[in-house]
Amino acid sequence: MPWNRRHLLTIEELSLAEIDQIHATAGAFKKILGRSVKKVPALRGKTIVNLFLEPSTRTRMAFDMAAKRLSADVISIDGSTSSTTKGETLRDTAQNIQALNADMIVIRHAASGSPQYLSGLLNIPVINAGDGAHEHPTQGLLDTFTMREHLGSLKGRKVAILGDILFSRVARSNIHALTKLGAAVTLVGPSTLVPHWFTDFGVTVSHDLKSALADADVVMLLRIQHERQSSGHFPSLGEYTSMFGLNKTRAAWLSPNAIIMHPGPINRGVEIDSDLADGDRSVILEQVTNGLAVRMAVLYLCAGGQPEHAAANAGEEKR
Amino acid sequence: MATLLISGAQVIDPATKRNAVGDIFVREGRIVDSLSPAERKRAKKIDGEGLIASPGFVDIHVHFREPGQTHKETIGSGSRAAAAGGFTTVVCMPNTSPVADNAGTIQFIKDAVIRDAVVKVLPTGCITVGMKGQALAPIGSLKRAGVVAITDDGDCVQSNELMRRAAEYAAMFDLPIMDHCQDHSMTEGAVMNEGVMSTRLGLRGWPHAAEDLIVSRNVIVSAYTGAHIHLQHISSGYSVEIIRSAKARGVKITAEATPHHLALTEAGLSGYDTNWKMNPPLRTEADRQALIAGLRDGTLDCIGTDHAPHTNYEKDREFDYAPNGILGLETALPVVLGVLIKEGKFKLPAVIDLMTRKAARILNLEAGTLAPGAPADICLFDPHETWRYDARAGQSKSSNSPWDGQELTGRVKLTIVDGRVVFERGKIFD
Repeated sequence: MPWNRRHLLTIEELSLAEIDQIHATAGAFKKILGRSVKKVPALRGKTIVNLFLEPSTRTRMAFDMAAKRLSADVISIDGSTSSTTKGETLRDTAQNIQALNADMIVIRHAASGSPQYLSGLLNIPVINAGDGAHEHPTQGLLDTFTMREHLGSLKGRKVAILGDILFSRVARSNIHALTKLGAAVTLVGPSTLVPHWFTDFGVTVSHDLKSALADADVVMLLRIQHERQSSGHFPSLGEYTSMFGLNKTRAAWLSPNAIIMHPGPINRGVEIDSDLADGDRSVILEQVTNGLAVRMAVLYLCAGGQPEHAAANAGEEKR
Repeated sequence: MATLLISGAQVIDPATKRNAVGDIFVREGRIVDSLSPAERKRAKKIDGEGLIASPGFVDIHVHFREPGQTHKETIGSGSRAAAAGGFTTVVCMPNTSPVADNAGTIQFIKDAVIRDAVVKVLPTGCITVGMKGQALAPIGSLKRAGVVAITDDGDCVQSNELMRRAAEYAAMFDLPIMDHCQDHSMTEGAVMNEGVMSTRLGLRGWPHAAEDLIVSRNVIVSAYTGAHIHLQHISSGYSVEIIRSAKARGVKITAEATPHHLALTEAGLSGYDTNWKMNPPLRTEADRQALIAGLRDGTLDCIGTDHAPHTNYEKDREFDYAPNGILGLETALPVVLGVLIKEGKFKLPAVIDLMTRKAARILNLEAGTLAPGAPADICLFDPHETWRYDARAGQSKSSNSPWDGQELTGRVKLTIVDGRVVFERGKIFD
């Protein structure tokens, strides 16, 4: 099946086959990451603009590096240095980028739906690098890629997502990806941060950590933001940690081969014990590495590449 | 002044219980029982055959943006949109720039109405100075300057104490208070209804409980002070329940529903289209059904459009940052007919009642009837004509409507104000 999607806006709109294609392509690209020459010519001559209107370290670096590994020219713009601070609208900024003949735009924005909005305005591919509390599709793709590396098929696997689900785009993208891949997802955390509406997504909502973690194959932690305290979503970080923080005792409830994941940035000692974050079961840094491969795959495919040529582009099967 | 003879239309006037094919006579801007043979001879004759003739519609909730935001709408353009929608009397909200919290601004508005308006445009004044919710505006002076109600529409008074005093004070002048019911502490940053849909779209939710709380507050304040409080654009089914039980106890409250809350739900927001963004937000199907039921049993008193123009460039942006509000005047009739008659099985006179007599009665306006002696404010419409609404071609200066490009059934053909034709088959006569 050929890849024919130009934009990557959400995981919700992806089919299972498309997720598989991205993962297969990422697998091919991952092989070049450990080489001494880490560059392939797949996107030579293409210009990719990273429009990051909200702070980001990992995602921005990974998109930047992914584009460079594919030999694209990359320009990164962030909110504090762009004309949006002078009141320029997103529409005008994006149309200017297109007028400079950019071939693709990667956008991170605090307002949910902004990538959809841009995709309706521009005739170049738009890649969502995180929009508000809506979706962060490449994160969901890299997380499920990582899970598949460790667990194989995710069908029937028990995945617990723990923390601030309400405001999390990472949670939403993972929920969509995992339910499509057949995993049994449980969302857990305080009732104020894990509202019952999520059951509509085909997942289980729980406020009981023990039953949620029992025999789970994966626990994915989400960052607890300090400002949720002042907005009354929970009494204190201390209470959060005592009720929902992942520590050694609680990690023992997991399945013996379970992996521990976190999209970062981590609040050590709040949502997770520092030792666990660095421990054997933690795949947190693998997630970061896989993030590079997945973003290479997404850039490559949305620029018009086909999954079956990715291996050749990654320098394999040269005859 | 013109003498008119409108013949052959199905005349529906709920106020006089008239509902039959017949003639309408107008002399010197007022409805009369009959014309003399000589008057008949020289009268301007309007053929109403195949049309419904009703009192001109009354909308007690519009935003005409003048003074200060005339790039969106003016009293002139807003009044033309009203005429095109069959409305002959509209009540404009005071959240202009500057806000209408003093007699001078009211006079400015009245001057613009005399100069530019093709229908009757009546001003409201603010409840509080600067619409800041901190100190009472000069309500007596506003009344003397000609306001028909006071309201901080869009910026609900949060202090219960201040609302109680405003109600008590305004009651002294028989001046109704209109309130936009919203607890701000529960709706910070909120842009749509809170629930499954907001969870899916990752947008901040505006819980119906934030409306219900202030509706309850207003019921309590009205009952305690005896003042008349009108609840604007009710969107929550739970609020309908609160109002129903308060009315059963005789509390002096009235309430309105907008065409959009009756016709649309949050399900339409999936594409982040900012023409579906308004405050209060569109809610669920259950809420929508509760509003229809509320209109049926009299819990809700009338239709108010909350006509809220914004330019394309203001609306065309990220959903979070776009302003709230949509146009209402030019689509109200077909939208309401579609919901209440086709879907709700209302009878046409009951629908007309909600847009005429019952709306006028809330603010004691001299409007909304074809009784002899009443101002000759008349609307002629074809309830069956299907047409495509092109918002840009409309009379409003703005085009922010979720119905843009849609086929609608029910079309205003002619609007008459004080016996003068101001709108006929697509054209304004000013």
